[in-house]
Amino acid sequence: MGAKEVKVYTTPGCPWCKRAKKFLEDNGVEYQDFNVAEDKAAREEMITKCDSLAVPTICIDSEVIVGFNEAVLKEKLGL
Amino acid sequence: MPELIIIGGGPAALTAAVYAARKRIDTLLLSTELGGQPLTTLGIENYMGYQYIEGPELMQKFEEQMKQFPLEQKIGPAVIALSRLDGGFEVKTDNGESYQAKAVIIATGKRPRSLNVPGEERLRGRGVTYCAICDGPLFAGEKVAVIGGGNSALEAVDDMVKIAEHVHLVSLTPLTGDQIVIDRVIGAANLSVFLEHEVVEIEGSSRVEVIAIRDLKTGEQKKLKVGGVFIEIGLIPNSELAKGIAKLNKLGEIEVNCACATGIPGLYAAGDVTDVPEKQIVVAAGEGAKAALQARRYLQRL
Repeated sequence: MGAKEVKVYTTPGCPWCKRAKKFLEDNGVEYQDFNVAEDKAAREEMITKCDSLAVPTICIDSEVIVGFNEAVLKEKLGL
Repeated sequence: MPELIIIGGGPAALTAAVYAARKRIDTLLLSTELGGQPLTTLGIENYMGYQYIEGPELMQKFEEQMKQFPLEQKIGPAVIALSRLDGGFEVKTDNGESYQAKAVIIATGKRPRSLNVPGEERLRGRGVTYCAICDGPLFAGEKVAVIGGGNSALEAVDDMVKIAEHVHLVSLTPLTGDQIVIDRVIGAANLSVFLEHEVVEIEGSSRVEVIAIRDLKTGEQKKLKVGGVFIEIGLIPNSELAKGIAKLNKLGEIEVNCACATGIPGLYAAGDVTDVPEKQIVVAAGEGAKAALQARRYLQRL
């Protein structure tokens, strides 16, 4: 199966972000993590490209998921 | 049919689940998620056994401990209805399933209160946020409003004055937070404070642009240009299920006695959803344990 590109936009204080990343790690999903509190370019990308103003924002290929929802992630990632 | 259904996924529910499973009560745990309110708590320094632990890590440990014991759980679907049957209860979930049991423990906790003003729901996640610590950094360099007058609102102000261009604090009442927090926060050069003002509307097409507020004394309205609205106006109990069955107090909390009993035989409640004073993880966990043990006594008497 072709690996999906997974990008996770997070902030350091956000507990849901931690939980989302742990979920991905526990399920062996590789992802890129962008700290949008520090990384202005990533913040801009999240706001404009993903059209999101909340973290965590998780992009799986072209699909955007805002917030951590285990069931939705499982479905989108085919877990 | 299980003997006991526990509704909830926070400290009270998971502790009740461990106690019930260890007593070999045939138990079903129903919750939209596992972890509850501590998931949005960063540092915990008053849960005994840990000098410091972060909320999500503590709840991970609760979950791991619960998984040591045989217990049926359905995580995801939301419980939407609870009704009494002859000799028990029926619980319905939003995926169309229903479950019956002889006893039920409601441990559904609390959720952030919303303002209930036009624009709030539509612009949620589009500048309206209920987690300042999560989304605050997204509004660096912008003008924002923090709504509320308690410690959570003041902490959000404290974080935001450091990174936002300007912060408006809007509170329905005089500030109710601890004086030590008020002293630390009030007085920042980029902070305006609007006490005894209410939020009338949140405006914006695809994201928050303006909030309209009204002075409660004079009735005068003004509009503030902001990119973000942080709503920190406290919590409300997830007690809708119990409405019409058990007694709720004026805050909407389920009234229980010191044995977690609601007054309806077989129906118990535990943790932040109840009128037990002090909403603390350690208190909720203790109440969950008590509810499970009391439910067992009830089941044995049947």
